[in-house]
Amino acid sequence: MALQLPRDWRLQAQRYRLLGAKCRGCGRVVVPIRPVCPGCGSDDVETIKLSGRGEVYSYTVMYKVPDSFERSVPYVVALVRLEEGALISAQITDVEPEEVVVGLPVEVVFRQWRQYGADGHIVYGYKFRPVMPGMAATQ
Amino acid sequence: MVTSRQDCRTVYVVGVGQVPVGEHWDKSLRDLAVAALRAAVADGGGEAPGALMLGNMLGSTLSEQQHLGALIADWAGFRGIEAASVESACSSGAAALRQGYLAVKSGEHRLVAVLGAEKMTDSVNGLATAGLAMAADAESEAAIGLSFPAINALLMRRYMHEYGPEREDFAAFAMSSHANAVGNPNAMFRKAVSQKACLLAPTIADPVTLMDSAPMADGAAALILADAETAARLGRTGVRIAGSAVATDSLALQDRNELLYLEAVAASTERALAAANRSREDVDFFEVHDAFTIMSILSLEAAGYAPRGEGFRLAQEGVVVRGGRLPICTMGGLKARGHPVGATGVYQAVEAALQLRGAAGDCQVEGARVGLIQNIGGSGATVVTHVLEAE
Ligand SMILES: [Zn+2]
Repeated sequence: MALQLPRDWRLQAQRYRLLGAKCRGCGRVVVPIRPVCPGCGSDDVETIKLSGRGEVYSYTVMYKVPDSFERSVPYVVALVRLEEGALISAQITDVEPEEVVVGLPVEVVFRQWRQYGADGHIVYGYKFRPVMPGMAATQ
Repeated sequence: MVTSRQDCRTVYVVGVGQVPVGEHWDKSLRDLAVAALRAAVADGGGEAPGALMLGNMLGSTLSEQQHLGALIADWAGFRGIEAASVESACSSGAAALRQGYLAVKSGEHRLVAVLGAEKMTDSVNGLATAGLAMAADAESEAAIGLSFPAINALLMRRYMHEYGPEREDFAAFAMSSHANAVGNPNAMFRKAVSQKACLLAPTIADPVTLMDSAPMADGAAALILADAETAARLGRTGVRIAGSAVATDSLALQDRNELLYLEAVAASTERALAAANRSREDVDFFEVHDAFTIMSILSLEAAGYAPRGEGFRLAQEGVVVRGGRLPICTMGGLKARGHPVGATGVYQAVEAALQLRGAAGDCQVEGARVGLIQNIGGSGATVVTHVLEAE
């Protein structure tokens, strides 16, 4: 894949801070931020910082993966239902694939996404991991 | 037949052409496209079309070739005509059909060629997989490492969690498509498969297995469309397009209103049937976009052929299999005819036209008069639905 440094630079805030768009009209929250609410069409949308807590809504384990993701094989990708109501696609990390179930409580962490290009350009961003027992109170 | 839109032109399918779906190592994208197009022109009476609408998804990625409209018009012997290519991921073929339909319906053209062409075996490594992932949202799905099968796995897992179907229920859809392909000389896999083979198939992205997913393939298929006067002059008024509709939804699963309800399937099915003045019960066969078994199930539910959470029963109960009340994928579907992505929607239309002509051979649905065909881009973001009818 061709190196896309401007795109990776442009998307840093989204990938590093887990931002969402909340509609002031209907209240819907979506990730990533976007200028118009997909629920009601309002452009009265504010950017919010998401809590990063939620639970696994669906998941899969990937063995045959796209180029530049080989280092992580196998990995779990999930749809996570965030506390704020939005769904988000993300990898689940710090876990054995067979430990993941629908409903598993998870929290956001900052990790390496992939490495690509001749110079080994590294892209970082959000992933989720199981909430450690007894750790939730300190978040 | 007099319709509520009798003031507009009626659009007939006067010619069809296809090349067998498979791995054509000795043929390029243009070879496949030219062969299908010239076969359709010959079948339609041999006249040069006034325009060419071409559906293709991966030419830029896998063949490093864009600008296919003019290229294929020239190579097929129609240099000078209007031509353009249309892209909407796996629904590119039916999107081209929609444009061809509109061109005739509007009165702008009297004879139009519609072509779907895809060359998937030119790539090595993961290029085809990466190309297919472009049907999803690049920034929120492909960027985190999701492949296209994995996106369908997310749908399938949640469906299993909510409604509790067994593996056998999914297998029944694959078995039905394979059984139907046996009689189709242009199908990639003309071989029935057992339930055991389905249940033992290797996993691609858990819970999606090889037998849940349609194969990548090379292929090209074409149609010639004409207005009523031209069709009558050519003596080819047997099949017409009675309804045509497109609806859209979010590319990313995470942005859907409800994960397991394909809103664009519901909307485009509704509109296409309404345009044809038909009810669901009038449909004699349904060419479903069975890229994955879960897509067949979600499509049948959203199209109104099963209540939510019940569609998985339709294959095991014999409703959607050969001889059932609503046969689907009558010539093998994407699963067994093969899924050359940007060509698939045109293959569906060619097969429906053959059914309505009574020329589907061993795949013939007896007495077929009304066919519903549906081509889906991505995991439901573009849904193109047509109703074809025998005159
Ligand atoms: Zn809103």
